[in-house]
Amino acid sequence: MSIQVSPSTIPNPDEFVTSVLADRDPYLTELVKQCQGLIQVIEPETVAWVQELRDRAASLARQYTIPSRNDEEWRFTDLSTLRQVTFQAVSEQSAISLSDIKSLTLPEAVNSRLVFVNGVYAADLSSVADLPDGVVVSNLAGLPITHRSRVKDYLAQHQGVQEVFTSLNTAGITDIAVVWVEKNVVVETPIHLLFISTSGNTPIISQPRCLIVAELGSSVTLIEDYISSPTSNSQSLTPYFTNSVTEIVLAENAQVSHTRVERESVEAFHIGKTAVTQARDSHYTCSAITLGGKLSRHNLEVFQTGEQTETTLNGLTMIAGQQVADTHSAIALNYPYGTSNQLHKCIVADKAHVVFNGKIFVPKPAQLTNANQLNRNLLLSPKARVDTKPQLEITADNVKCSHGATVSQLEDEEIFYLQSRGLDENDARNLLITAFATEIINQLPLASLRETLSVAVNHQRLAVT
Amino acid sequence: MIVENSEVILSVRNLTAEVNGTPILKGINLEVKAGEIHAIMGPNGSGKSTFSKVLAGHPAYDVTGGEVIFQGENLLEMEPEERARAGVFLAFQYPLEIPGVSNLDFLRVAYNSRRKQQGLEELDSFDFDELVQEKLEIVKMNPAFLSRSLNEGFSGGEKKRNEILQMALLEPKVAILDETDSGLDIDALKIVADGVNQLTSPENATILITHYQRLLNYIVPDFVHVMAQGRIITSGGKELALELESRGYDWLLEDAAIMEVGTR
Repeated sequence: MSIQVSPSTIPNPDEFVTSVLADRDPYLTELVKQCQGLIQVIEPETVAWVQELRDRAASLARQYTIPSRNDEEWRFTDLSTLRQVTFQAVSEQSAISLSDIKSLTLPEAVNSRLVFVNGVYAADLSSVADLPDGVVVSNLAGLPITHRSRVKDYLAQHQGVQEVFTSLNTAGITDIAVVWVEKNVVVETPIHLLFISTSGNTPIISQPRCLIVAELGSSVTLIEDYISSPTSNSQSLTPYFTNSVTEIVLAENAQVSHTRVERESVEAFHIGKTAVTQARDSHYTCSAITLGGKLSRHNLEVFQTGEQTETTLNGLTMIAGQQVADTHSAIALNYPYGTSNQLHKCIVADKAHVVFNGKIFVPKPAQLTNANQLNRNLLLSPKARVDTKPQLEITADNVKCSHGATVSQLEDEEIFYLQSRGLDENDARNLLITAFATEIINQLPLASLRETLSVAVNHQRLAVT
Repeated sequence: MIVENSEVILSVRNLTAEVNGTPILKGINLEVKAGEIHAIMGPNGSGKSTFSKVLAGHPAYDVTGGEVIFQGENLLEMEPEERARAGVFLAFQYPLEIPGVSNLDFLRVAYNSRRKQQGLEELDSFDFDELVQEKLEIVKMNPAFLSRSLNEGFSGGEKKRNEILQMALLEPKVAILDETDSGLDIDALKIVADGVNQLTSPENATILITHYQRLLNYIVPDFVHVMAQGRIITSGGKELALELESRGYDWLLEDAAIMEVGTR
């Protein structure tokens, strides 16, 4: 297979080491130090290159500060509440049994599932018995030797890998969830990557890392799932911090359907990155569902490295109370004949605050590109807040691009229409809220997930009313 | 049809209503008995649609006086959904498009809310499917419309047919059709009118609100009322509609204006 990554995008932290003072932000330095657990592989060669990668990222991270609202990328999302908490990394496995997580598993992916608890691989909760030849789904230690060296070529290679939270994650890599689909292999069974956080007495940080490689002509469906443990006391007020990075590489003509679900506890901080590299003729679909978190941020970045790629980004954020949920997406279309369609919907209740920033770059070479973006927001309370910023940068002259953002409330006329057919006001409101979410949920690839998330949306909605 | 000694379904007495402080209805009186078809005509802005919405309980309108008795109950004290469940049906002039709500699911929820009110068992989706297939015939509607979102992308005629389908399922005691004919081509109008005619019976009543006489060629009313400036200024039989068709509303409006001056 061939993946083009231009040399300039490969980070070279050495450039920074001498130019900037380290340890600018003691809080960040402490986080980096916290996340220096053992690398979960046996043979020294792999440990050595991962360690080297970690060291470079660590020295880079220590030159940064946690972003403040003066930082353009964090203008509407205030991380000062994160700084108020001291997080610790855990290295030992949590005592969670398979029956504890029964409700979190997906029937379509019973034997194609990797589970990590607080960032630590849980072998007894995972099973990959159901997968065909030509696909490897494993943590780092379980990878065939051949794949360990191949991982090296793709790990932490995406454009933007130097970003502060990505660096923090790379600096603390102890293990990796790897999905590797060989040339022309079509994986019918969906693959479930389940990241569970348990909330104890001390605030913990976990840093999940995923690497998905879809080789030429291959096809795979992926469910990336972040959730707080059902065994945790739901009243627990202990915060935790998930800082995840998922790198997805699509070779020519590959297809990846990616569903990302974030349903952490309302005390959680969740910062997650999805970095996608698409070679020519590849199709990537992302459905990102955000329901949880005290503060959550999803950075979704798609880089096109060849002609005629197709990118579909669907998003649904539904938050209430004092939750903050921020989605920053960026699609860089650098070649001709690319298509991108983005629909991001948000339902915001109480005093919750949603941020959407959607960048689309269509530079001169990207002629005959089709790029559409729509952000729709439904505000359920006068105190709910939305900051939305579609941002198209187009310099190619023969393209079709559209973007839009709407902010609305439930329409009185719609409620009355439903009432006039016998639904009471509450049911009418709920039906309309569910309908707003349904457009995204209906596009999810798994029936069980559609069901589960409909229930989760209803649950969230009931909490609202 | 006018039925001897039939029960009074709806009795409106001296009803006044306003929106945002502006009086719209200025004393409406109307009595509707079982089996009857009433047409309410009048120029734009006369308060016809407001009247229909007040009967259905639209929250934007404040009732400032008078009463509405529906089958012995004070209708004005009921929530919109209670009115619907009790048997008041309003076919909307502009039915709303609601993306994400399946037409079939919506019809079932509406149907079961009425069933529940009547003390009947709710139908499951299997039995309901059968029932709805039957009712589709009434408005000659393609079953494909059931799986679509409620009214989303429906043409004007399809929306109005969907309204009549809802009416067919809910079997209301009194159906108020608000300009159901407006914007329809003649084929769609015939289908809608034919549907309504199949649904009228000696036990229920229909109020047609319309601007045009054309509808009344297909649904023949027992009574025609003319509304202007928030009042019913004259009432008569079906021949009144024909007279309006040839003479327009102006002669009545002039009379009404004289009356208005006279009452001051």
